[in-house]
Amino acid sequence: MTTIPLPSSGPVRDTIEARPEGDNYLTHTRGLFSWIFTLDHKRIGVMYMWSVLGAFLLGGIFALLVRTELLTPGPTITEDANTYNQWFTLHGAIMVFLVIIPSIPAALGNIILPVMLGAKDVAFPRLNLFSYYLWVTGAILCIASLAMGGFDTGWTFYTPYSTTTTAGGVIPVLTAAFVLGFSSIFTGLNFVVTVHKLRPPGMTWFRMPLFLWALYATAIIQVLATPVLGITLLLLIVERTVNIGIFNPAMGGDPVLYQHFFWFYSHPAVYIMILPAMGIISEIIAVNSHRSIFGYRFIAFSSIAIAMFSFIVWGHHMFTSGQSALLNTLFSAISFSVAIPSAVKVFNWIATLYKGSVSLTTPMWYALAFLFLFTIGGLTGLHLATLSTDVHLHDTYFVVAHFHYVMMGSALIAMIGGLHHWWPKIFGRMYDERLGTIACWIIFIGFNVTFFTQFILGAKGMPRRYYDYQPEFQVYHVISTIGSYTMAFGFVLTAVSLFGSFFTGRKAPANPWGGRSLEWQCASPPPFDNFAKAPRVGDCYDFSVVHWDEKTGGYWVDESADPEVNPGAGGAKAAH
Amino acid sequence: MSQTIASTHTQHGAEAHGHGHDGHAHGDHGHAHDPNLAHHFDSLQQQFDSAKLGIWLFLATEVLFFGGLFVAYAILRMSHPEIFSYASHYLDTVMGGINTCVLILSSVTMAMAVRFAQTNRRGGLIACLILTFMGAIGFLIIKYFEYSHKIHDNLVWGPSFYVPPHDAEGDAEAKMLKTAPAAPGAAIVVNNPATFAIPDLAAKPAVDASAVKPASVGPTGVARASGAPAPAPAAEPAPGHSEEAHPGTHLEDKAMPPNTHLFFAIYYAMTGLHGIHVVAGMGVLAWLTWRAIRGDFSSKNFTAVDTGGLYWHIVDLIWIFLFPLFYLIH
Repeated sequence: MTTIPLPSSGPVRDTIEARPEGDNYLTHTRGLFSWIFTLDHKRIGVMYMWSVLGAFLLGGIFALLVRTELLTPGPTITEDANTYNQWFTLHGAIMVFLVIIPSIPAALGNIILPVMLGAKDVAFPRLNLFSYYLWVTGAILCIASLAMGGFDTGWTFYTPYSTTTTAGGVIPVLTAAFVLGFSSIFTGLNFVVTVHKLRPPGMTWFRMPLFLWALYATAIIQVLATPVLGITLLLLIVERTVNIGIFNPAMGGDPVLYQHFFWFYSHPAVYIMILPAMGIISEIIAVNSHRSIFGYRFIAFSSIAIAMFSFIVWGHHMFTSGQSALLNTLFSAISFSVAIPSAVKVFNWIATLYKGSVSLTTPMWYALAFLFLFTIGGLTGLHLATLSTDVHLHDTYFVVAHFHYVMMGSALIAMIGGLHHWWPKIFGRMYDERLGTIACWIIFIGFNVTFFTQFILGAKGMPRRYYDYQPEFQVYHVISTIGSYTMAFGFVLTAVSLFGSFFTGRKAPANPWGGRSLEWQCASPPPFDNFAKAPRVGDCYDFSVVHWDEKTGGYWVDESADPEVNPGAGGAKAAH
Repeated sequence: MSQTIASTHTQHGAEAHGHGHDGHAHGDHGHAHDPNLAHHFDSLQQQFDSAKLGIWLFLATEVLFFGGLFVAYAILRMSHPEIFSYASHYLDTVMGGINTCVLILSSVTMAMAVRFAQTNRRGGLIACLILTFMGAIGFLIIKYFEYSHKIHDNLVWGPSFYVPPHDAEGDAEAKMLKTAPAAPGAAIVVNNPATFAIPDLAAKPAVDASAVKPASVGPTGVARASGAPAPAPAAEPAPGHSEEAHPGTHLEDKAMPPNTHLFFAIYYAMTGLHGIHVVAGMGVLAWLTWRAIRGDFSSKNFTAVDTGGLYWHIVDLIWIFLFPLFYLIH
């Protein structure tokens, strides 16, 4: 990185420094009400972020309870198997509906999407706030269901168990999931309209950063799949309250219909979780390799391809539910084909690293961890999509390990990586890089100890969701539990490093990593309306115009050298 | 959609929010210019286009929301065709037909309301909004009579379907509520055990043969264990059940196929959810009327009427599918 003296007044600097010192979206207005009724996408995003992290803590505690209970066969910390059922159900429901689904789109997406796009806000700020409060309502109902007798159905609420169990908290938690679904729909709707209608001049579809492509693909799934979950849960609520019998075989109904309905949403929901994660990884890897992303269009289109495939693979959750052999074969074949766009992305990321000038920052470590874990998670998915092996592996710990590698090892790791990537932008403070990196390594190791063990456990035949097990499985359960404690320690360290930034962190420069997309061109934290005037859009992956500045400890973008911004700039650039 | 704001070269006001939100910019950071333009839009055209795309996406979610129920309907009808051809007779085609007309008319008045808003005719706008609102009320009144008639005859979902209707209404309802949350399989009150047993179609030639294809052609659910074609019904399947339905007849009707309650389960689920949407639409219409009286709308600012109208049309459209699927099986 060569140091180039800053121009005395560059076009970029105007938008940042034309503002009064210290005036940003966090300080622009003050008081509790300025937050509760805020329409600012960044503040709503920050509220989402704290809420989601709070739910993550809660879901994590239940995970640790589950793992601790499994240390020994038979009772360990609870005598009551039903209590154990409630723990894993709560862990699953909280992590899926309250944490992973909203974490990237609603929390990070809300903060970053409009800034990255060069817009002042999302298209419907009021709807945005409304969807946050829907999330809060869902969260409260979810917790309230605990007080009303809990629920032990598993997060999938399969009938007929969910319609006959005596646990009192089933209806509240179904209502919670219903409400959370609408929160997700409105976020998705908002993002689709924002991306379509609020792009500033110059921001064509193929100049959008890949994170936006990923959020866009996600939003489409949110809008199109979630209503089906809504109606399914509504039918389940009606089934439980007034006994209509549509899912009840004793009354001529069809319980497998419930499974179809549920997975028609919940499989696409898996991509609601992973697609935005892939978007974050595209950003982190490109920025930290200081090299133009390899295969931009392939990555963009593979997001859309994954979104399309996501709607036609739901039957692979039901290979053992008595589907016809023909359907099983079709669903298996289509499920395999999801591997193609996923692999396209992975190879493009690796190709971006190749000959890049890689900075091993904390977010970059998370991105590398993602590459490793996502590859394992994705490839083991192929084992499960194979009909013959799935019969053996179905409902074992192999499945548990597989979806934790994808949902936690990939989606959540990317979310934490993204949090580190944009933390300086969001709060204007740098965290302790060394501590963050160490925490990342501890989480990575703890994660593999926890879940790789579970692949072996599942292959050996340990069924999921069991309170008790054969003594020969104990050694694997102990290893797995130790791994989960390690991971928990890693997350505590992460929290220390991030929160510590508020007290000891240095003030973040506008562009600490050398990013080229628009969010790095406004101040850290951004001003309340993001851009005083519509920003000029260049090639968001052209890092040749990004230069290190010793004085601010960050990077600056020499826009005048970018032929796309300044057509008069040298022909040498155009040739590149 | 024919109207575009830019084409008229006037300063148009447009509402940013698709359903039920007032679009005036205020709050955190308002701007001084056109009060109808929210701060984060560059132009009114952009704001109008965003609202339009937003409401269309919302309508797509509504279609998918109902789509789940339509799929459930299709699956149930495929696996129990005899139930649908039998139980459809209990629905009142005349009332359903009138309701269809009422809704279509209300869609016409809604479309006119949008036109009046675009052409600055406030009186016409208010009148049309009120007429549309009246259509919604009319629909619900007719629906109320249909529902209450059926509930009176215990033509309902679940176990209560098998409670003889001459029980006091209150009793039946209480029984329904009492039995509901318990284990459903065990709780079903079977007054006529033959009607609520494992489907034994060969023994019960309940099916209108005209509706049911032979097992070799028809959907799987119709296949008979014996492999024999459907025995021709001895008589017409109780012609005109609906008109002269004596209370209680459905339980004594030997022609009733098993699990007929499922028809009413899906009937109440779909029409009930549709009814809820009608009520929500009335809320939207009332809000639009109030704003129209206040004088908010003009050729410069009609987005709320436009988007509210689109919502009303989808409510209407869903009914247009529901009517033939339930009432006009024959």
